[in-house]
Amino acid sequence: MAQNNNLELITKPLNLNNPVTAQILGICSALAVTVQLEPAIVMAISVTVVTALSNFVISLLRNTIPSRIRIIVQLMIVSLMVILVDQVLKAYMYQLDKQLSVYVGLIITNCIVMGRLEAFALGNKPLPALLDGIGNGAGYGVILVIVAFIRELFGSGKLFGCQVIPDCFYNLGYENCGFMLNPPMALILIGMIIWIQRSKYKELQEK
Amino acid sequence: MKAIRKFLDKIKPNFQEGGKFPKLKSTFGAFESFFFVPNHVTTKGAHIRDCMDMKRNMTAVIIALLPALLFGMWNVGNFHYQMTGEEAGFWCQFFYGLGQVFPIIVVSYVSGLFLEFLFAQVRKEEVNEGFLVTGLLIPMIVPVDCPLWMVAIATMFAVLIGKEVFGGTGMNIVNPALLARAFLFFAYPSKMSGDKVWVAGLGDAEKVVDGFSGATPLAQLAEKGQTQYSLSDAFFGFIPGAIGETSTLCILIGAVILIWTGVASWKIMISGVAGLLLTGLLINACGSDVYTQVPYWHHLIFGGFAFGIVFMATDPVTAAQTETGKWIYGFLIGIMVLLVRVINPAFPEGVMLAILFGNICAPLIDHFVVQANIKRRKKRALAK
Repeated sequence: MAQNNNLELITKPLNLNNPVTAQILGICSALAVTVQLEPAIVMAISVTVVTALSNFVISLLRNTIPSRIRIIVQLMIVSLMVILVDQVLKAYMYQLDKQLSVYVGLIITNCIVMGRLEAFALGNKPLPALLDGIGNGAGYGVILVIVAFIRELFGSGKLFGCQVIPDCFYNLGYENCGFMLNPPMALILIGMIIWIQRSKYKELQEK
Repeated sequence: MKAIRKFLDKIKPNFQEGGKFPKLKSTFGAFESFFFVPNHVTTKGAHIRDCMDMKRNMTAVIIALLPALLFGMWNVGNFHYQMTGEEAGFWCQFFYGLGQVFPIIVVSYVSGLFLEFLFAQVRKEEVNEGFLVTGLLIPMIVPVDCPLWMVAIATMFAVLIGKEVFGGTGMNIVNPALLARAFLFFAYPSKMSGDKVWVAGLGDAEKVVDGFSGATPLAQLAEKGQTQYSLSDAFFGFIPGAIGETSTLCILIGAVILIWTGVASWKIMISGVAGLLLTGLLINACGSDVYTQVPYWHHLIFGGFAFGIVFMATDPVTAAQTETGKWIYGFLIGIMVLLVRVINPAFPEGVMLAILFGNICAPLIDHFVVQANIKRRKKRALAK
């Protein structure tokens, strides 16, 4: 991988090679943690950190890992990173950590992390691997933030827990859309993002 | 009519290729064929055309819906004046109901047709009549007190996610009208269930006649096992409920029209009723709480089963396509209606969820029917 492509490693997963909308990975946690904006952002940062660091470490070890046991080695390193992130969250953001509950632990099984390790870190040098991890984590985060923004705004009328929709709207008969708080709506929203993206970039459309 | 023709001919060049608004071609075409029979003819070969095209099919359903709709309008007024305790004549009640229901119909058509026209322009297709029935079904299955903006959002959601995503009329997996209702049900449960929403104006009424309850008979049955409404009330439709669903008699008239014109499948209706009755018998025999002891055939006339099985389950797009499949599909819906109604404590009514479930299973049912047929014929061919 040439030097001038390093920037592309970060920008491409944001749009054309987005892990959620183009590779359809990591959907499950995207449905679960996007009811509010704050946990979604924390989740996005956690996944970015885990992906970047484990990509980096695996890339350093790539020549010493026997290929027959590489999955178990990858799992070990990913679990290590996830536990680190979990401990940091527990220490500094205890309430949020409770809100995210199992989903921080479940980053271990997030398909994006393993996917990047298998597809990129095992065959590339540490620096590109690190950038690739950051890019993919950010690409995942962008979708999470968009979905969480829409869901929190229309589902509970708030952003970051503060009421945004003024009271006079409610007096006029406006009501929060309870369906926005249900996971199916998150799936529909992600579907619509994919729809918009593919009608804009024709090369993403499957034949 | 001549003036309209002249006007259309005058503005037609604007919408052709190279005109001012070529993008609006299909909008123009829709209005032209609304007023006049289109003049394009097939040029090659022999064609047999049935007069039952989409427009005729849709019109037949609309006609079949009219008795239930008109009765529903009157019933809205009837219950409103029962609640306030005022004396009102027949026409007074009817016009009050008309005033409540008509805005819902207008909002449903305007918001749905807006999206239909938009997608027809973008995809450069003709605007078709696919929304005609959906637009009337949606007002008939919502409570009369449902706010208009909710109807608009639900209609747009249903047209967008239920239909246009899959490629437009005839490609949808679930019934768009039911999808609109399901959206409302899960998005705004306080406006779609309970005992305040079924009577116009009950939610913010200042003075209500003593002892008046706006709860639907099914909600009462689910709670206490009995209802103040008699069976004949329920059959003729003098019960609170969604606008079009109350009168079993008017729905039966609609069913006769649908079967007579051949638009809807009688097999689905018959097997749906059979499924409901058999499940009801079973639940009567081994149920323990009060709702399970409601006589099995009462479920036919209380609630939305009649409306659902006649007008919703028989939607030719989302129902099973094979003839054997239709029997299974209807039967499945009948069973599910009672399971959701009686066994599930969360919902007193289950027709909507049962039919959506049936819609989703329909392709699977068809697949197995077709496979079984292939297997049977292969066996026969090999035996010779």
